[in-house]
Amino acid sequence: MKRRKFDVKALPAATANAVDERFKAAGPIRGLLNKVFPDHWSFLLGEIALFSFIILLLTGTFLTLFFDPSMTEVIYNGAYAPLRGQAMSHAYATSLDISFAVRGGLIVRQMHHWAALLFLAAIVVHMFRIFFTGAFRKPRELNWIIGLLLFWLGFLEGFAGYSLPDDALSGTGLRIATGIMLSIPIIGTWVTTSLFGGEFPGHVILDRLYIAHVLLVPGILLALITVHVGLVFVQKHTQWPGPGRTNSNVVGERMFPRYAIKQGGFFMLVFAVVAFLGGLFQINPIWLFGPYRAAVVSAGSQPDWYVMFLDGSTRLMPAWELRFSLFGHGYTLPAIFWPTVVLPGILTVLPLIYPFIEARKNRDTSRHNLLNRPRDVPQRTALGMMAVSFYVVLLVSGGNDIIADKFHISLNAMTWAGRIAILVVPPLAYYITHRIALGLQQHDREVLAHGVETGIIKRLPNGAFVEIHQPLAPVDEHGHPAHLDYVGWTVPRKMNRLGALGPAIRGFFRPIERPAPPPPPPALPAKERDKIDA
Amino acid sequence: MSHEPGHGTPAVDLSADNLTNRQILEAGLRRDDIEIVHYESPFPVPGTKAERRIERLVAFLFFLAGAGAIAFVAVYIWGPFNPDEYTFGSGGEDWYTPALGFCLALALFGIGMGVLVYGRKLLPHEIAIQDRHDGASSDDDRKIAAGTLGFIGEELGIQRRPLIKATLGLGGLGLGLAAAAVPIGMMIKDPHPTAEHPEDPYFETGFNPRFNDGKPVRLVREDYTPIRPEDVSIGGQMTAFPGIPGGTTNEFADSPILLIHLRDNDAQTLRSNLKNYSKNALTNPSDPNSGSMWNNFVVYSKICTHAGCPASLYEQQTNRLLCPCHQSQFLITDNARPIFGPATRRLPMLPIDVDGEGYFVAKGDFGVAIGPAFWERPTQ
Repeated sequence: MKRRKFDVKALPAATANAVDERFKAAGPIRGLLNKVFPDHWSFLLGEIALFSFIILLLTGTFLTLFFDPSMTEVIYNGAYAPLRGQAMSHAYATSLDISFAVRGGLIVRQMHHWAALLFLAAIVVHMFRIFFTGAFRKPRELNWIIGLLLFWLGFLEGFAGYSLPDDALSGTGLRIATGIMLSIPIIGTWVTTSLFGGEFPGHVILDRLYIAHVLLVPGILLALITVHVGLVFVQKHTQWPGPGRTNSNVVGERMFPRYAIKQGGFFMLVFAVVAFLGGLFQINPIWLFGPYRAAVVSAGSQPDWYVMFLDGSTRLMPAWELRFSLFGHGYTLPAIFWPTVVLPGILTVLPLIYPFIEARKNRDTSRHNLLNRPRDVPQRTALGMMAVSFYVVLLVSGGNDIIADKFHISLNAMTWAGRIAILVVPPLAYYITHRIALGLQQHDREVLAHGVETGIIKRLPNGAFVEIHQPLAPVDEHGHPAHLDYVGWTVPRKMNRLGALGPAIRGFFRPIERPAPPPPPPALPAKERDKIDA
Repeated sequence: MSHEPGHGTPAVDLSADNLTNRQILEAGLRRDDIEIVHYESPFPVPGTKAERRIERLVAFLFFLAGAGAIAFVAVYIWGPFNPDEYTFGSGGEDWYTPALGFCLALALFGIGMGVLVYGRKLLPHEIAIQDRHDGASSDDDRKIAAGTLGFIGEELGIQRRPLIKATLGLGGLGLGLAAAAVPIGMMIKDPHPTAEHPEDPYFETGFNPRFNDGKPVRLVREDYTPIRPEDVSIGGQMTAFPGIPGGTTNEFADSPILLIHLRDNDAQTLRSNLKNYSKNALTNPSDPNSGSMWNNFVVYSKICTHAGCPASLYEQQTNRLLCPCHQSQFLITDNARPIFGPATRRLPMLPIDVDGEGYFVAKGDFGVAIGPAFWERPTQ
């Protein structure tokens, strides 16, 4: 029998043929390869969150192989000598083993923690970008809502993960969480007792948090992230206004090769940063905190940064407790209810409905694919800065004991400063932002009308000094530039932007390319020259 | 419209022979309504010095990635790591994780930067414009979708059959209730006294004599050794627990207390302030131990009444107790009144005595609920 020759060169074509015969993929693949993406550095913020999430899945899966959330008490006899002989939960003991007895376990644990911090940081900054550029407007309201849910799910996921090692900080965090749950009117004790399977801390809470942390919440996160990115794909990315860019087109690069290559490279860079942080910067050294004991806490107990704003609101809350009697029985509404249950509720609902409020206020039913420069929508920008400053005051107050300690300020003064600032700073931020936005708008119009400041001062015959402006439009016979409309995009403000500076010469010490020599001056006809000589 | 993207891309006859890849690509772009309006190679003349320089840079970055990855594996295998004993300092084990991190970061940085430089510097720059085609579907599509759904509704005929409609609603409601009942029923626990725990866990701590066969519970250190009055110096304090089995573990997370030995004049101040609190005050003015204090010793719950952290930072000079979680401050000499921060209620006082063998015991459990407040908490 004749053996058929195996042709390696024909293999890709044969495979492609086989695949297409079964899946009819050629058409969709063409669309995918050719899809045009707009590009701007601020579009990368959401990607940092996506990449961090992938790193979290990778490192987290590794950690589950060695971690056991059991709250059974064991006597530690592992590699870390200072804690030997101590009673602790099996969860804490296995967390110590990941750090000391599993080869490479510590770097994976620290990468997991850093990636979690980066994940939420990227989400928050990405959210700022979406808000301030108006990318949440129709038709993207749903994706804004999904993004907000992603933040809270990430928050929940992070808190569950923070609680799992069962070190002193974890337990303190959980204890505070119980205090918060207990404060909910009517059902507080029922919710707490049910979740903890009895009195705090009980024996089941870590098992429950574990399954939430490794399956439930990541599953929902993954599903929502898929929808989030899928919607960006289907609805096509927003773009900044600019030459050739309209509300009905996308100006950018095809997805393959250049855009995809940049994404892949950027993923590796994010991964590199997380690896660098995970290896060289210690995070959550649980062996220093010791196992959780109800009587133990240290000064400077801080949650992860994304929980700090709620810690701050709790610290600033005055001691206002409602006590009243109903039908002969006394009831209490604790102070902690307002800053930790009501405030997050408000912080969820307000941004959730904001896109609809703004559209209603502006009677705006059109679709928006072009982004706003923040200065062009002063009210929204000012509102956003108001929210950001509110958040920052809470964030800073979450660490006010550390600030008081490091800067030798009275702790009580820090608390009072926070209480006053939370009322004063946001309106101030609104006013200042509004003024700055209007000022920037005015300056843009000025440049369009009169041109760019050249820095050249001229003295007029009458003795007056004027600065020469470089008009951006052609001038008429009187030297007045033609009228230019503002189109929502950057207006050049420096002569460099107009090409007044020569092109940069490439090379490290010596130029590797000689710049093209300037064209020689037009030579006069020989006869003319002769005449001059004569 | 002549300037719609894609329309600027010249039409290509796909059946023609000898088409270049670029021509075929353009046929595809036209179908996807894309027009490439600017396409420029950064190095129109191949093999220039500048191009070779970029190529060398990319090659160097990829080499760096390989070197970093190999170094990572080498450190991982041969680096100083002992899973049985963590050696501090001199062993070099402190460097294991940082070295791993550095090598891994180097490898990933090399790959990432190499790919980025390749993509940004060597590939042609382009500006492509694609039509969005966003917005609602065509009127025909909408009409067809609505009509189809309407017809399906007619086919089902549920509107004509009110009995089925009602019973279906009832059935769905029942199933939904059943689906919710199971997880809720599985998890729900009564927080208040049940057959399982006859005392209310929110009002009871390990100092309840029932844990000690009805006898008063001793105050013990973490290692269960009982405490004598002379063990605490004047002005000093000590964390103590109920002297019952498991009393110092997290089983009794509500029970940790702070035993404080006040100075004479501070104790006097506290005693005079306690007059207003019938529960804690002296019952017999001639006997200094007839109140909740014992001589100059006083015991308060360590669990903060705000959020339940241990309020454990005691400032001896001012007799203030600070909770490090949210900075609530309690003035011990005024019956642990909250004087700053978000806490609203005093730390509960534990009535103490000294037993026949000279050790501290609790006269009884706390008079009020310990720790953070909750809805059913009586207004005291």
